[in-house]
Amino acid sequence: MKKLLLGDFAVARGAWEAGVKVATAYPGTPSTEITEELARYPEVYSEWSPNEKVALEVGIGSAMRGARTIVSMKHVGLNVACDPLFTAAYTGVNAGLVIAVADDPSVFSSQNEQDTRLTAVSAKVPVIEPSDSEEAKEFAKQAFELSEKYDTPVILRLTTRVAHSQSLVELGERKELPNKAYERNIAKYVMMPANARVKHVVVEDRIKKLSEDSNAFSINRVEEGSKDLGIICSGGVYQYVKEALPEASVLKLGMVYPLPYKMIAEFAKSVKRCVVAEELAPHIETLVKAEGIAVEGKNIFPLNGEFSAKLIREKILGEKSEVKAENVPARPPVLCAGCPHRGVFYVLSKLKLNVLGDIGCYTLGAVPPLGSMDAVVCMGASIGMAVGFDKADPEAHKHSVAVIGDSTFIHSGITGLVDAVYNRAKITVVILDNRTTGMTGHQNHPATGKTIKNEPTYELQLDEVCRAVGVKNVRMVDPANLKETEEAIKAALAEEEVSVVIAKHPCVLLTKKLYNGFKVNDKCKKCKACMKLGCPAIVNGKNGITIDTSLCTECGLCKSVCKFGAIE
Amino acid sequence: MDILIVGVGGQGTLLASRVLGKYALDCGFDVKLSEVHGMAQRGGSVMTYVRIGEKIASPIIDEGGADLILAFEKLEALRYAHFLKESGEILYSTQEIMPMPVVTGAAEYPEGIENKLKGTGIDALSLAVKAGNTKAANSVMLGALCKKLGLDREKFENALLSSIPQKTVEMNKAAFALGYEAV
Repeated sequence: MKKLLLGDFAVARGAWEAGVKVATAYPGTPSTEITEELARYPEVYSEWSPNEKVALEVGIGSAMRGARTIVSMKHVGLNVACDPLFTAAYTGVNAGLVIAVADDPSVFSSQNEQDTRLTAVSAKVPVIEPSDSEEAKEFAKQAFELSEKYDTPVILRLTTRVAHSQSLVELGERKELPNKAYERNIAKYVMMPANARVKHVVVEDRIKKLSEDSNAFSINRVEEGSKDLGIICSGGVYQYVKEALPEASVLKLGMVYPLPYKMIAEFAKSVKRCVVAEELAPHIETLVKAEGIAVEGKNIFPLNGEFSAKLIREKILGEKSEVKAENVPARPPVLCAGCPHRGVFYVLSKLKLNVLGDIGCYTLGAVPPLGSMDAVVCMGASIGMAVGFDKADPEAHKHSVAVIGDSTFIHSGITGLVDAVYNRAKITVVILDNRTTGMTGHQNHPATGKTIKNEPTYELQLDEVCRAVGVKNVRMVDPANLKETEEAIKAALAEEEVSVVIAKHPCVLLTKKLYNGFKVNDKCKKCKACMKLGCPAIVNGKNGITIDTSLCTECGLCKSVCKFGAIE
Repeated sequence: MDILIVGVGGQGTLLASRVLGKYALDCGFDVKLSEVHGMAQRGGSVMTYVRIGEKIASPIIDEGGADLILAFEKLEALRYAHFLKESGEILYSTQEIMPMPVVTGAAEYPEGIENKLKGTGIDALSLAVKAGNTKAANSVMLGALCKKLGLDREKFENALLSSIPQKTVEMNKAAFALGYEAV
């Protein structure tokens, strides 16, 4: 049966058909839906782990103990998981271990545009890359076979366009596999220096052998066309090449590390002009050129952004099109109407504080008119950066806070807080506790009290965690109450030690209510106090200040900042 | 047939593309959809590509390549108008949602957008209110799309109604009918 499937769902289906028994992840766009989908299969144990490092460590353990395992994350999540990754390449696996990693060319929803293939080269872990949903499913299955045959973790690399496109997939049946036998094997699994030295040689030999064998892999293939032009490509770019250059010869690489050098050399020799078309880093190009094979690549293609059929035609054939876009006001993403983060950012903006930010919806607190953010780097970084502010400038703590989400705090904020207390920093941390992992589409986490399958479990208490690491000043507020929130933040700033304010209020999108919406009455003096909230439902237009009732969720913030009782 | 669906994050562009995808599949075509999730969904400008045909390679539509643009908001219709083919048309909701630069007064919402758009405007918000709630505006637009493209009404309506929560079926059915009649 053919079904229209999202690339991520197809990866999940492939893993399920391959008999996967364990699936772990921390949510991250565009990889989240892989594990969400696997959680729907009763045969698969699935979990949201606190972060990608833990997710991979659980995965290493389950694969070692004999169960096929998939661990999913976005490109920056792989940074967090790099420590176990690099050494898992040394230990190898027992049952198959596949790491699905989704890159984000064009930075649709990330903090950078890094290329996972380069990380894989450093880690010496093979990478295969599907170009649509059908391949996503098939490659997921092949990844398990490769992992077991070559005794290595395998990265299944996706990009946003493959992960979040839907195309037709032929569904198959699940292959139920017994666990592989587990035996203690100190030389294989205990990476102390004497063993690691031996295993490093094994890893290098493995990559060399995979490179040679891959010349015969069916996922690497030549599609013969005109001998005037040959394109080497993989993943989503393959689809753009087929669309733009239907006549060209194409070498489609299913495995992008290590590479089938014999196949590539023959292909390059068979065409007059050979071009590597790859998004982001010149990964294939660099490796191919190091083998002495002449190709074009980043001399014509950009190092950033996603490609398109149009870009391929433009860069290879020199075709230019004269389409001009209208010059219209930008529409950047904003905190939703009714977002509980708004109350906190309104107060931070009012108090004119320096705000060390973190990764989540609340990064949008940087957007005007709230405009209350000084820096955003990576998950958990806000607390460490606040400590750095304090250590560089002993006065900084009086006008700085770190903000961090509930899920992000658990991901990697707790260790920063331990550092702050241990090293006697004088910082204020605001935990924006909206009871979910918001940006990625509302996943449970350890403080929601529900597992990935919505089953009840221990509900981590954030205030108890803070007290346990030594924070004496922990305040709980409801950010819908601006007065209470402002007082708590001011009190925290005045303290000469670590303070935490937990602003707790569920994400507005969790309540699927239909609202009538507030209205502005004739008491409005057009003072624009409500406009400082940056609420997308409040509009200052030709007819004065009005509220868009299709967006308003009656959160009441505008009512509480209006001195004239003009909002009802 | 290449259809670009544009709007403001949260307006339901994903539902519209999935309904079109389901319909195309029911009709036996190859189809590719491409969506945007995550950050852009928070009230930002969003676009979803729907490509239907015998065999589809790229899941995205290039500028100047769309047969039809389905726009859930007027300014967004204008923003992506250059994606239309010369023979293409825009089916747009006349709803105006102010982007943050307009809300804050840093920019103005352009006047006379209708005059720059080649296609049909639908007052989807009013029709949605008539059907029961503003949230049904995307079903109004899908009704209008069905008529505009001359699609099989029963098949297309079924694709919609099987993609939404059971308790909203009546409202969306009414909204679909109002949109269908508005073209």
